[in-house]
Amino acid sequence: MATSAPAKRNTRWQRFKRDRFLLLLALPGVTLVLLFQYVPMLGNVIAFKDYQPYLTISESPWVGFANFEVIFNGDPAFLNALKNTLIISFLQIVVVFPIPIALALLLNSLLSERIKRVVQSVLYLPHFMSWVIVVALFQHMLGNAGIYNNWARQHDLPLLGIIGDPDLFFALITSQAIWKDAGWGTIIFLAAISRVDLELFEAVAVDGGGRLRQLWHVTLPAIRSVIVLLLILKLGDVLTVGFEQIVLQQGQVGLETSEVLDTYVYNRGIVGGNWGVSAAVGLVKGLVGAILVLGANKVAHLFGERGIYSKW
Amino acid sequence: MVTTIDRRTTSPRPPGGPGRRRTINGAPVPHPAVRGLKGIVLLLCCAVVVLPFVAVISTSLADQEQITNAGGYVLWPTNPSFDAYAAIFRGGVVTRATLVSVGITVVGSALSVSVVALLAYSLSRPGSWGHRPILLLVLFTMLFNAGMIPNYLLMKELGLIDSYWALILPGLTSAFQVIIMRAFFMEVPREIVDAARIDGAGELQILTRIMLPLSKAVIAVIALFNAVAYWSAFFNAVLYINSTEKWPLQLVLRTYVVDNTQIGTDLPGEVVPPQQSLQMAILVVSLIPICLVYPLLQRHFAKGVVIGAVKG
Repeated sequence: MATSAPAKRNTRWQRFKRDRFLLLLALPGVTLVLLFQYVPMLGNVIAFKDYQPYLTISESPWVGFANFEVIFNGDPAFLNALKNTLIISFLQIVVVFPIPIALALLLNSLLSERIKRVVQSVLYLPHFMSWVIVVALFQHMLGNAGIYNNWARQHDLPLLGIIGDPDLFFALITSQAIWKDAGWGTIIFLAAISRVDLELFEAVAVDGGGRLRQLWHVTLPAIRSVIVLLLILKLGDVLTVGFEQIVLQQGQVGLETSEVLDTYVYNRGIVGGNWGVSAAVGLVKGLVGAILVLGANKVAHLFGERGIYSKW
Repeated sequence: MVTTIDRRTTSPRPPGGPGRRRTINGAPVPHPAVRGLKGIVLLLCCAVVVLPFVAVISTSLADQEQITNAGGYVLWPTNPSFDAYAAIFRGGVVTRATLVSVGITVVGSALSVSVVALLAYSLSRPGSWGHRPILLLVLFTMLFNAGMIPNYLLMKELGLIDSYWALILPGLTSAFQVIIMRAFFMEVPREIVDAARIDGAGELQILTRIMLPLSKAVIAVIALFNAVAYWSAFFNAVLYINSTEKWPLQLVLRTYVVDNTQIGTDLPGEVVPPQQSLQMAILVVSLIPICLVYPLLQRHFAKGVVIGAVKG
């Protein structure tokens, strides 16, 4: 023991000396991660404090779990934000999620490679537009004074009131999400399909199966693990719904239908000055999100899928 | 055998009798009606993406007379003029915001790709000193995010409120990008690196002479994705930037194009172009950089994203 300990320390020191340049390269990145990811995690202590901007974080008095009362006692504004968040997430999973799958299958079934490439180039483009651009486009296309309603008025056609109507807000943000990301979403499914061995398709055909059977027995199983993976990621994100998208349009429809958890944290904390309460809501949201990802991953393993963390 | 079919040669009817039916992957070519329906669906999808952009560009080029006649927007400028662009680039709010956004985008994406590449390289050699803890430190940030309030307070403590660095620094590192780039570096055969080391190359030379040239594609993808992200970011400026003269373009876009604030008085000189043209011109300016990098992105991203997805 007495001889091995210094020897071990020695090798560790030698490894450090050998790798010191590598560590130097890691330094800027590690510093930024620590400063902008981990220091804010510590900043979450203000969830347990009565933070006031004129005091520093350490000077603010401890209040225990008082800030968490909005969550556990069910503050109506908080519950409303939670409800809207869950409704929007539900729509994201049930309505938005399957569209790229269908679109990918459709694109994959095209006969001409050239047409396929052109369609892909067009449909990927909206993904790279900022939310400000997407919201601006929707307003100028579908708004009350927008291009469609102008045209409809001139031709005595029914007007479209989707912009600015609280009752249609969920439909609006769902269609914006589809417009922006449905095309882009196909990329990962198309990649999975492209890795399928062509002989599998032919084996189905030899057995007398048509294109539908090929779809059912070869293509869909090939993308199943990708679907599961993306669903896991989505489940981990159920409490996070398009913050920029919603904040941009909140003024038109009011908080009743448009307040979600992230906007609640913003409106209550940074706008309203209730720092402790909104930090508490943000902290619980982050923790629940992490638990959901880990939980969904576990469930995926139980069903024999690879999940996201298996390799790490 | 796999027969690919060119749409042009099979339309309207496949040549040859029923004895020579053409097949894809062994299954018969679908009925023309099915193929027609697919074509129509995809054409509609493309139209929904393309038409808004056509209307925006056309309206930005239209003059007052045509806009009045059309009742607001035009789908094709009969008498195109660049007056609206001249007006927003004569100085004033849009000119300034464009320069701010270009600066943030260039500095941000250059710094971020450097930081990510250095960190990824230093993590690409399992067994080096501190490899596991640093990797875990980076990976954990994918699972848990500190939240908006602590991030805001950190910026305040650092004195970065109303500084451009508040828009640049937090986005420099991304765990996901580090993982993708690390995977690329680890693909590089060990023998090449060892050979270079025997020839006397140091870490920096290995990185710049071997790793970076071999990973050009992924570096381009990450740089371009970060450029798009910096260009598109909107809410961080709402949070951290107080003075209007430091606004990036997305905030100007929100104010004048989404919220429809009258822009006339905020521009120098006599403003002749109609409001709609000005709004649409601002929108086009915000689109231009995206459209410039889009072909580059497209050439690379499929590869980058797919490999990221497979290895991630």
